[in-house]
Amino acid sequence: MNIDSIRTGIVIDHITAGRAMRLYDLLDLGSLDVSVAIIQNAVSHKMGRKDIIKIDADIPVNFDVIGYVDPTATVNIIRDGTVVDKRVIGMPEILRNVIRCKNPRCITSTEQELDHVFRLSDRKHEIYRCIYCETKAN
Amino acid sequence: MRSVIDILDLSVSELDALIATAEDIIAHPADYAEKCHGKKLATLFFEPSTRTRMSFEAAMYELGGNVLSMTDAASSSASKGESVADTAKVISCYADIIAMRHPKEGAALVAANNASIPVINAGDGGHCHPTQTLADLLTIWREKKRFSGLTVGLCGDLKFGRTVHSLINALSRYEDMRFVLISPTELKLPSYVKEESLKAKNIPYRQTTSLEEAMPELDVLYMTRVQKERFFNEEDYLRLKDSYILDPAKMTLGRDDLIVMHPLPRVNEISVAVDKDPRACYFKQVLNGKYMRMALILKLLEEAAS
Repeated sequence: MNIDSIRTGIVIDHITAGRAMRLYDLLDLGSLDVSVAIIQNAVSHKMGRKDIIKIDADIPVNFDVIGYVDPTATVNIIRDGTVVDKRVIGMPEILRNVIRCKNPRCITSTEQELDHVFRLSDRKHEIYRCIYCETKAN
Repeated sequence: MRSVIDILDLSVSELDALIATAEDIIAHPADYAEKCHGKKLATLFFEPSTRTRMSFEAAMYELGGNVLSMTDAASSSASKGESVADTAKVISCYADIIAMRHPKEGAALVAANNASIPVINAGDGGHCHPTQTLADLLTIWREKKRFSGLTVGLCGDLKFGRTVHSLINALSRYEDMRFVLISPTELKLPSYVKEESLKAKNIPYRQTTSLEEAMPELDVLYMTRVQKERFFNEEDYLRLKDSYILDPAKMTLGRDDLIVMHPLPRVNEISVAVDKDPRACYFKQVLNGKYMRMALILKLLEEAAS
């Protein structure tokens, strides 16, 4: 299966197979007026299977979202057909307004203007907790 | 601005210093009678509470300070839709320190993030209640003279019981502690407290549903009430509310140097007949709470002034 190379844009590579759609939703890529390609279950020498997202424009991307959904994913920034930056994001310490606290007892459930902030509480198990009520993100 | 939202906001050395201050207050109350002269404590209670609010207010009066009190959320600006953040900013203009209780978890943190004066969390839903833990710690210290080598039994609602979570977090920072978690299956200690406070620090604990079986091994028995306000479903509350009742017969199974604690108010979980037992310490705990609140108010006001 072939997807055209992009001249200028972003390739999110080495996404754990099955996580691309979550990333697509949280990055709100569906609202963009540019071409976005999602490749699922691509063959990978390192990972066996992986997902890839290609965005055909150099748009601002919330790296915290990528680090949260899949800390092993790599982000390649491409300009004029050349990779000008490549990075592994890793897990961010703080997630601000990326996910919402679902605890109905949390203060964020009634005070709408509050940022939804989660702190990395367990790196090994990839667990984030709401800074207000300590409910685990899921 | 320094606030206390969670018991873990205070280091072990700060806890030790607060206990030392509280003991000095108990020994020399006159020395503290004017320490907060000219200072105002605002007690913002967005949900019903008598004892915690009165404990804070008594603490401030005994330090020579004054109190501004909001006791009924229905008659406050909160009923008009004012946010916690705005309330905290406004009260900062009137008072020197805030003690706040709110039904929503995390409300005290929001207040602290927006106030320009110290905020003490006097209970945020089922989340944290650090000054209750301060009362618990002073009680254990005064009765046992140590925080090490103790087997602490926690009994009742370990799922929603914020006092239990805070006490475990506080005591798990000391050496050689052991916990016995006594609860119905539905009200077991949440896994995250076990994972992050007990397993992560290799603190031994066991879970049981039998209070009778646990009694002989305990140095401290901490009873809790099954709280109606924490349940969405009244049927579950009615089924679980009388799971454990400590009575004189069960007390015969405990050691002579056992101490029995309870954050109060109690409903049925400790029979009134136990009150006469010298091992019952829950009313001493109430008094200790006032002394620790005095010590904490003093500390935060001194830090704010420096």
